[in-house]
Amino acid sequence: MVEATSKANGGDAVATDVAAAGKARAKRGIRFRYARYVARRLLQAVPIIVVIVLINFTLIQAAPGDPVYALIGQMETTPEYIAQVREEFGLDEPLPQQFLSYIAKIATFDLGYSFRFRQDVSGLIFERVPATFLLMGTALVISSLLGIGLGVIAGRRPFGWTDNAATIFALAGFSMPVFWLGQLVLLVFALKLPWFPVQGMVSLRAPSHGWGYIASVLHHLVLPATVYGIYHLTLIFRMTRIKMMDVLVQDFITTARSKGAGERRVLFVHALPNAILPVITVIGYNFGFMLAGSVLVETVFGWPGLGRLMYEAINARDYPLLLGLFVVISLFVIIANVLTDIIYALIDPRILYR
Amino acid sequence: MTIETSSFTVASQPSGLRIFFRNRASAVGTAVLILLVLLAVLGPVLSPYDPLSIGVGETMAPPSLTHIFGTDELGRDIFSRASLGVGVSLFVGFVAAAMSSTIAILIGCISGYFGAFVDDVLMRMTEIFQVIPRFFLAILLVAFFGASIVNIVIAIGLLSWPESARVIRAEVMSLKNRQYVSSARIAGASTASIIFGEILPNALGPVIVNATLQVGQAMLLEAGLSYLGLGDPNRISLGLMLHQSQEIMRTAWWATALPGSLIFFAVLAANLVGDGLNDLFNPRARAR
Repeated sequence: MVEATSKANGGDAVATDVAAAGKARAKRGIRFRYARYVARRLLQAVPIIVVIVLINFTLIQAAPGDPVYALIGQMETTPEYIAQVREEFGLDEPLPQQFLSYIAKIATFDLGYSFRFRQDVSGLIFERVPATFLLMGTALVISSLLGIGLGVIAGRRPFGWTDNAATIFALAGFSMPVFWLGQLVLLVFALKLPWFPVQGMVSLRAPSHGWGYIASVLHHLVLPATVYGIYHLTLIFRMTRIKMMDVLVQDFITTARSKGAGERRVLFVHALPNAILPVITVIGYNFGFMLAGSVLVETVFGWPGLGRLMYEAINARDYPLLLGLFVVISLFVIIANVLTDIIYALIDPRILYR
Repeated sequence: MTIETSSFTVASQPSGLRIFFRNRASAVGTAVLILLVLLAVLGPVLSPYDPLSIGVGETMAPPSLTHIFGTDELGRDIFSRASLGVGVSLFVGFVAAAMSSTIAILIGCISGYFGAFVDDVLMRMTEIFQVIPRFFLAILLVAFFGASIVNIVIAIGLLSWPESARVIRAEVMSLKNRQYVSSARIAGASTASIIFGEILPNALGPVIVNATLQVGQAMLLEAGLSYLGLGDPNRISLGLMLHQSQEIMRTAWWATALPGSLIFFAVLAANLVGDGLNDLFNPRARAR
């Protein structure tokens, strides 16, 4: 009896071993496919980066006037400085040579020197990144949650009362210049009603660290994050609504309903996961568009991020800073695209087998 | 639409125009667009104030019967300026959309019709253009080559074609093997006349829808560029007005709120018309 049991157990163990080995092999297989997929996506990003650098290089060469001024900006400088920049970028050498040395410079994140700010362009830019990401991150999280929720509710009864109201709201938000919305909000909630600060990220009187600092930043964050969030909410809402409308008429939803699943379960457990993938790709692929929105909102609210820096660079015609911002922002966009594809494959591995 | 009871006549298909205008949203959009065009054309003529001359009223007077949009810090009439601005915004919107649609049609048709290697090359190029952050490239182009209305239109037009090109390519690919296309080919029609005479007219629906939506997008892009200080200083656009009114926002809300509302209405109208056209050309979406 005892022997028999142990034998049976042993047999089971062997069977499980075989099954486990099979599973492990399958796992290794998918890991391999995944690694290959990621590698391929990264490789595809290379030509885009080359094109971005090429665009910058062409602009420097093609801009009216001596290319050296595209590398300095419209600043009062000394002849020695001009000669130094000319030397540094090898402007007297043949074009292909210049392009190679330009690529080498960018590859080491040497984006030139801003004569106006008297600082390296790359340092200037990376100082401002956290502020932009704080604004974008806060607004994105809130607006994605709201947008998806609203999209689910609206998509449930297409052309119903809620849906029509939400659709009109979204169309209005979509048609509004985001900076004008910012100005209106500023007029009402900061100037007419002095509830929120008008400009900046932290008030001068706030402590430089600790809870007081955080509270001040949050207080400054409310208006720009709301405006930026509304702008983004409309995009996410429109996408979620359409996808929910597509998904909710499919057979598996009918099956779930007929099995007696509650409405909330049907919507959020059965339908939403199938509708959410395109929403994620919308967020990821529109990263450049989102950064553009951020530039405009930051300019309205004097938020010290990349956008404000870009505004200052434009109005000072600080060309090296503008070129550097374009490179860095493009890199962010490319990274966002690759990350989106990687997340997509994590959620829906079928794409690995194409 | 009336349903005929006689068994011999089929319910008459409503005409395109009727479908389009039965949709309240697209009818409103069209009406608003027409009003704005009228404002742009007639506004400067009818308004008693020269939009450029200063001191036609008090400085920073709130909206009143004599100056319905109020005046700015130099005593200029904001309504007259805004009506000029609407014209510039609409001009940029329509010309940039026409330009990007032309590029999109060329690339989409060639890519979809010839397929194979040509398609590969063109689509790789399109993908690259899709990834490049276009607002920022537009900023660079205008900052480097000068803030003139022509440069702004070219920058927007050159950067806005990729999505439409892909739509047209898909459309052309699905049409190019139809029988009437083969017939034209057998009849000895040239490639160009097959593409532009036979295929394109049947692929025009999505092209028109996309172009209309592009008008709104182009107006928003122009407004954004002008707001950041890249507007043509010699042409009053609505975005430029918002850039300039930034400094008097604390005292003169009307100088910001009212010109901006015109951009909003113009873009909204273009989007409504685009949605209506989409329903017209894409009956599947209408049925839902």
